[in-house]
Amino acid sequence: MKSIEIVCDNLSKIYSGKVIFKNLSLKLTTGNSISILGKNGSGKSTLIKILSGIISANKGSITVSEDNIPVPANLCYSRIGLISPYLNLYDELTASENLRFFCGLRNNSNDGMEEKIEFYLNRVKLFDKRNETVKNYSSGMKQKLKLIFAVINQPRILYMDEPSTNLDTEGIDIVYETAEKHKKNGILIVATNDKEDIKLCESSLNIEDYK
Amino acid sequence: MLLKNSYLVFKKDLSSELRTRYVINSLLMFVLVTISIIRFAIGDERADNEILTGLLWIAVFFTSVSGLSRTFVKEEEKETSVALKLSTGSDSVILGKLIFNMVLTFSLNALILLLFVIITDYQIKNLPGFLIVLVFGNLGLVSASTIIAAIISKANSKGTLYPVLSFPVLLPLLITVINATKLASLGVETDKLFGEIQILISYFIVVTVASLMLFKYVWED
Repeated sequence: MKSIEIVCDNLSKIYSGKVIFKNLSLKLTTGNSISILGKNGSGKSTLIKILSGIISANKGSITVSEDNIPVPANLCYSRIGLISPYLNLYDELTASENLRFFCGLRNNSNDGMEEKIEFYLNRVKLFDKRNETVKNYSSGMKQKLKLIFAVINQPRILYMDEPSTNLDTEGIDIVYETAEKHKKNGILIVATNDKEDIKLCESSLNIEDYK
Repeated sequence: MLLKNSYLVFKKDLSSELRTRYVINSLLMFVLVTISIIRFAIGDERADNEILTGLLWIAVFFTSVSGLSRTFVKEEEKETSVALKLSTGSDSVILGKLIFNMVLTFSLNALILLLFVIITDYQIKNLPGFLIVLVFGNLGLVSASTIIAAIISKANSKGTLYPVLSFPVLLPLLITVINATKLASLGVETDKLFGEIQILISYFIVVTVASLMLFKYVWED
């Protein structure tokens, strides 16, 4: 498997004149895991959004490389996974339709897609509810579906923003098991203040040090 | 990859809409109310084609304005845009939404035209010319409305901003298309409408290309 690396160089984000963070640099490679800490509203989620490419930074750069070769932005989709409270799937579609849609967008071919969807739905015990529209799901079930959305593509970089929110103990165990497995061959970045979530990572970064 | 993902975005929007019928139902009601008001206003008299053409485009314009913005606003309001951003490029999203809006607009406008002709006894003397103008007018309308919808989906006062932003952008198109449909309905031959048709085609191409180039910046922040 190719080694993966993410390098952030002097990232700064300013919202309406307020500095969220400035000059934040970071370098992570295969097997690294880091927790991003900070009070509520300190900018943890903003950093995750910038790292995952949802929004852009005001200053600085992010480079994702495989075997030291930079990966173009349009090829990063299949390498990134995100679990977060501000990401929702389509309520009016079923779990299977949602997963088929997003897998289709991220991959060139549909080979093995149905098997993967079935495997992950079984793993989080949603297989029996696969043909129900997501609007009928509880918040915990939606969170489990979002976990599948994040990992079904076997991403090399997994971002988790408050990953245990809304989950029952069984769901939390699945998240932790997924994170532990992922760490071996990829990069794990967790934004949290939960003590158990922090234990998933080998190092930490306090965003308030970059104000 | 671009065409495949655009198709997937279009298919997703179509399945969502057919399941919820949120936009379709509200637009159908809007069309029925507008056409009924026109009928009550005219009464038993037959209005001139100049006035009827204006009324037709009022119905078409306001139906489009109230419906087309939903495609992007819904993604932002329901926070599904993040999942889309993590899965595909902005080009596929705008192209998929553009195709969906075209299908929606053409279907609704066919219905508007049919009801309009039945209710107001609107005479179209040069039908091929009229249809050509209507098709290119709608293409421009959809193209401009879609990028404006993407811009306003990020704003707080979406409902107010949409007509304010769309009116100046659509004004050149509306002036041309109203004039061309009026001439076609009065029986002016298609080759004499060529100037107007050229403007409509140019408008569509310019706005679509500009949308594809600018959407990346609208989508990413």
